[in-house]
This record gives sequence, C-alpha cells and structure tokens, in this order.
Amino acid sequence: MAKKTNPIWGWHKRVLEQNSIMLTAGVLVVVSIGGLVEIAPLFYLDETIEEVEGVRPHSPLALMGRDIYIREGCYTCHSQMIRPLRDEMERYGHYSLAAESMYDRPFQWGSKRTGPDLARVGGKYSDEWHRDHMRDPRSVVPESIMPPYAFLAETPLEVDAVEGRLRALARLGVPYDELDRLENAVSDVYTQLDPFAADYDGFLERYPGAPVRDFDGDTDIVSELDALIAYLQVLGTMVDFSTYEAEADENLR
Amino acid sequence: MTALAAEKRTGFDASSMVVMAICALGALWALIAAATGADAAMRTHAWVIGIGFLVGLFAMVGVYSSNGVLNDKTEYAENVVKYGAIASMFWGVVGLLVGVVIAFQLAFPALLSWEALPQLNFGRLRPLHTSAVIFAFGGNVLIATSFYVVQRTCRTRLAGGIWPWFVFWGYQFFIVVAATGYLLGITQSKEYAEPEWYADIWLTLVWVAYLVIFLATLMKRKEPHIYVANWFYLAFIVTIAMLHVVNNLAMPVSLIGSRSYSAFAGVQDALTQWWYGHNAVGFFLTAGFLAIMYYFIPKRAERPVFSYRLSIIHFWALIFIYIWAGPHHLHYTALPEWAQTLGMTFSVILWMPSWGGMINGLMTLSGAWDKLRTDPVIRMLVVSVAFYGMSTFEGPVMSVRAVNSLSHYTDWTIGHVHSGALGWVGFISFGALYCLIPWLWKRKGMYSRALIEWHFWIATLGILLYITSMWVSGIMQGLMWRAYNELGFLEYSFVETVEAMHPYYIIRALGGVLYLAGALLMAWNVYKTIRGDVKKTEDAANPQSAVINPAE
Repeated sequence: MAKKTNPIWGWHKRVLEQNSIMLTAGVLVVVSIGGLVEIAPLFYLDETIEEVEGVRPHSPLALMGRDIYIREGCYTCHSQMIRPLRDEMERYGHYSLAAESMYDRPFQWGSKRTGPDLARVGGKYSDEWHRDHMRDPRSVVPESIMPPYAFLAETPLEVDAVEGRLRALARLGVPYDELDRLENAVSDVYTQLDPFAADYDGFLERYPGAPVRDFDGDTDIVSELDALIAYLQVLGTMVDFSTYEAEADENLR
Repeated sequence: MTALAAEKRTGFDASSMVVMAICALGALWALIAAATGADAAMRTHAWVIGIGFLVGLFAMVGVYSSNGVLNDKTEYAENVVKYGAIASMFWGVVGLLVGVVIAFQLAFPALLSWEALPQLNFGRLRPLHTSAVIFAFGGNVLIATSFYVVQRTCRTRLAGGIWPWFVFWGYQFFIVVAATGYLLGITQSKEYAEPEWYADIWLTLVWVAYLVIFLATLMKRKEPHIYVANWFYLAFIVTIAMLHVVNNLAMPVSLIGSRSYSAFAGVQDALTQWWYGHNAVGFFLTAGFLAIMYYFIPKRAERPVFSYRLSIIHFWALIFIYIWAGPHHLHYTALPEWAQTLGMTFSVILWMPSWGGMINGLMTLSGAWDKLRTDPVIRMLVVSVAFYGMSTFEGPVMSVRAVNSLSHYTDWTIGHVHSGALGWVGFISFGALYCLIPWLWKRKGMYSRALIEWHFWIATLGILLYITSMWVSGIMQGLMWRAYNELGFLEYSFVETVEAMHPYYIIRALGGVLYLAGALLMAWNVYKTIRGDVKKTEDAANPQSAVINPAE
C-alpha cells in the first residue's frame, strides 16, 4: 500500500495520530490563522473607523439606560445597524457608521429584527410615546408583540453605581477621564433630568447635544425609565448627517 | 476497608484538597459579594453561587469520608458518563421547554407576558433557551460522550481521579449560575456568550480541567493511534477554550459586582463576537458532534468508517476554514468590506469539507442500509447527518451577500439554525444517548423500540413544521421590508410585517411542541431502561463491558 502513496498520509499517521501534543499544536495553529488575519488588522488599519464629528461617550444617565437595554435583552429583537440598502435608509435613516459605535462595549448591532431597528430611534418619538409604549406597547402599537416594561417607571435607578461604571470604561480607554466627566458622574445624572439645574452648561460641555429633561414625566423619582428613554432618545443623533459627506474619499472604505 | 478495595479508590489525595480549596475560596468570595456587592443583582446572585460552593464543600467532605472516588484501573470510568447522560436528558427537556414558551410568547404576547414578572420576558428567556439547549444539553452530551469515547478508543480508564467529577459538577454549576443570572438580568449581551465575567472565569477553570483530562487520557492510551473521533473532540475542546477566553475579555466594574464592559468596542467587538459566535457553531455544534458521528454510527451499524483519508482531509479543512466564516454575520454592516468578502468566500468554500463529513457519515452505512428500516436509532443518526448536509448547504447560500441582504435579521436565520440544531445536533445526540444508556446500565436494549419510533416520527414532523414555517415567514418578511408600491414608496410599515408573522409563529410553536413531546417520550423510555424494566425489548444494543480488555 505504501509504495506509491503521498508521504503526507504516512506523516499524518506517524506524527499527528500518535502524538497528542503534536495534534493539539497542529489544531491550535490551524484554527488561529483565520481570526488573526481577519480581526487583528481591524485594530490598526486607520480606515476601519471613519473620522466623524460628534461621536462622544454616552452621558452617565444614558449609559445606565444602555445597561438596562442590555439587561432586558432588547438586543434579542432589535438591531442597531442600518445597512446601506435603499429600503433600510428610507425606513430608518442614514446607514450606520462604524464610528457611531466606537464607544459601545459591547456593540449592540444585533442579529434579528423581531422589532424595528433602533440605531436612529432618537428623537423619532416623544418621551410620552416611549412612556406609554414601555408601560403597555399595545396601547400605542396595537399589533406589537413586545412585552410590557411597566416596572421600569417604578424602579429607582441605581445612581450609586454610575461612577464605578464610568471608571471601568475609562480604564478601557473610553474618554470618561477627560473634561471632568468622572468627577461629575453622579451629579450629571441629576443635571440631565433638570433643565434648570445649576450645572446645565457644564453638563452640555461634557456631553454636547445630550437631551436634558425629565424623561419619565415624574420628578419625584429617578427611575430606570428615565435612564432608558434618555438612552433611546440619543441613539443615532450624535453625527450631523447634514454635514457628513458619505461619498468623500476619506469616508469610502 | 480491605487493601484491595482501597486500591480501587483515589484516597483523599492532593487533587481532592485542591478541589476543596477551590470550593472554600469560591464560597468566601460569594459571601463577600452577597454582603457588600457593588450592585443589587450581584448581591442576589451571590447567594446562588455561595450555596453552590457550599454544596461542593459538603460533597468533598463526603469524598473524604469514603476515601476518595472510585479509580479501578481494570475498568472504564462509567459513573461520570451515567451522570452526564442523565444531565443531558434533563437539560434537553428544560431547554426545549423554554424554547416552546418563548415561541408562544411571540405568537401570543399579551397572554404570555406578566407585568409583575419581568424575569420571564422574552428578552431574558431567549438567552436562557439558547444557553440551555447549546451549552447545557449539547455540552453535557459532548462531555459525557467524549469521556466515554476517549476511554474506549484509547483502551484505558479516564485520567484524573476526581477531576472528571470536578468537570461534570463544575459544568452543571456554570449552567445554573448562567441561567439564574439571565433571569436576574445579568448578561453581557454577546450572543451565546451572555454569562458575566465571574461565570466566564469559572467556565475557563472547568474547561482547562476538561482539556487536561482529555489529553492525559490520550497520552496513556494503549492503542497506537488516536482515533478520528478524538481528533474532533480535541479540536472542539481546544478551539472553544480559545474562543471563550478571547471573546469574553472584559473589564469588571468591581471585583464584587455583576457588570463588566467588553475589552473591545464597536466594529472590532462585532467581529470578535461573530468570530466566536460562528465558531461556537463550528466547533461546539459541529466538530464535537462529528466526533459523536464518527464513534456511534460505525459502532451501531457495525461497519467501519467509510474513508480514512476523507476523514483526514475534511477534518483539517473543516477546522481551518470554519474560523474564517464569522464575518458573514455582518454583511452590509459597518464592518469593512474586505472582511465581509473574506468571510463570504470562506463560508462558500466551507460547503466542501462539511459535505466531506456528511459523505463519510452516510457512506459508513454501506452494506447496512437495511438497518435504516429496522433500527430507529440508526435512522435517527442517519437523518441527523442528512440534516447536517442540508444546513451546511443552506448556510453557504445564506452567506452570499445578495442572499444575506434578504435573509439577515429575519426568521430565515432562525429556521436555518434550528434545522441544524433540532435536525443535526438534537438527533445525533438522541441517537447517541439511545446507544449509550443500555451500554452504561448493562441492559440488552432500550425499554421500548416503539417509543423510539414514535420519538423519531414526532420529532421529524416537528422539525419540518419549524423550518418550513420559518422559511416562509423569513422570506416573506424580508420581501415585505423591501417592497415598494407603484408610487415609489415603501409598501409596508414595519408593524404590518410583524402582523403577517402571526400564523407562522403559531405553526413554529406547534413544531416545537412536537419536538418537545418526542423528547419527553425519550425521557420516559430512558427512565424505564435505567430502572431495569427491560424484559422483552426489540431494541438490541450490543452489550459493552466495563472491563478494560488488554490491547490485542
């Protein structure tokens, strides 16, 4: 049998099939290549992420809202990634840029649209609509199959936790350690809920364009609903697409 | 205790002390986290974790008082495999049940959501379902069968004394921690990698122990060559370790807090996640179960594997190519196009090694095709390979960008996943368990062959209902999203497309009910077999002795 066969079969039989360490090493080498070639360049190729104005880390309140979005598994039914297809851009708005999720840890692009895409839901509906929708989705969209989230309005937000979360993100390189964002983490939660707060201007310097108002319509409680609506209302609003030139050379990838 | 009996046990050795120390340290951490945890969810979750470690500590006291665990070198270690078989059956039923619940939640949302119980909303139950079927059911099947197969094909007892038990119970503990975490809202939101950082560290520990046991057993083998099933098991264990560690790199907010943030952001995080996610399919749900195919089909059919060279080629090609396929989950997204194109290209190439495996599995039946008619277990194993062939053809089709622009974000993906999960993974697992249970408990066969027949047909019907309804709803929804009217406006609002899904969601849920019913029949059959009610059965499983025969 062995006379005319390719030596590779014999080598496989002698070396890989008889030496478990060689087999393990072989597997490791073979399964490492694809990931290294595809993922590693994304960290050093400059053109991976466009240079755009306006993308900033979330305000502390919106960050807490984002954590609630993650906690409730919203990503299982809602994507945050508009593809450059005609129908999607007409339905949801400008296609999503890599830059828009550059501070998202983890990313929330999603994989399924049981509900609509939320990448640009910010400003699309009023706070009142969101309140009704979270309390009872079918009160505003009769055909909706979303579960109700009425408890959010009654659940106090864990405001104490916010500073630690900003610090953890700062350790990963999210610029919360700039512009006194860390120092004001807790007070910024309250400032964002009150347009007459003393530090209103300071807050908007730290988080330009962030909406400032009482989102859940109840000034007696800083609720989880405040945080979630603050997050939803800022989604997709950071980049000004009236000035962004998608076809400019530096933005083509 | 006689000297002879003492030789057959490990004694309370250094390994036992290490396991005991791990439990004590874990309990201490949980106590601190329960008292002073950084967030409310952590303070609750720590109780579950603390109780788990305390149970572990008590179990180790039991191990001490009975002079270690059984370690008879003249016999195969079968108890840990028995526990694994029962755990597989249990988690299988739980995972399918949660799947049926969430399927009905999508069909009848008003009826099946409870304002006072946000823990049971779709968003929290969905990861519970996916983790329960993939990691709890699938993982237990893989661990149990790998422990069985590696011993038999190496003709030696499982290495490691108490460590296989640590792997078994440590893995169950991981499942409980992950599942209770989801209900509490503790999640990283990375699909199929939802457990938070502390659960991830625990799984890493268990997995490294698993790898070491597997390698140590291979090293002390009495057979000259490593059998093909073990290549696949090894690739599965090694690669899952790599994927798990890299994708879960994260910064905890506090060492006694439940929240962490991913080490990667945005586009890099997305590709890392789908590199992980697609290869959880490739290595957990494919390579691992191909190992099962390579042992149980030849064994049950009593025929040799069709082609040795094909197994070599498709093994190396499969594991090399699979890793590249992740970007097809990110077509038309903000991922750079060169990466999308690479992912698509390799996904299409992947069709070939996948079918290499299918051919090798199916053709093993050469000369024994009549068994398809007479033996429902063989039929289940073979149909599972056929479903493997079908989904590994559908997958490359869906990875093509033009097709993906329609299929992505729709139920077509869900249908595709389930033809692989219910058809391939489910059926090969059930088939393997139907072989294993009589072998382990030394019965001449399963309690009832008729029940296996019923299981096969009910489950097959369930799969067909599931995947056909998801094809229709997925393709229909994709087309509705992009439909334009004669004036050039979008024809449908989003919610109109949701409304159109309703009948298909009902059909899908019914398919799930049938599949679950089949699994319940199996659970009853397994229970009766283990209890020893097998008297006159038509099912014939060649008895497998626990005694290790010296190599020929």
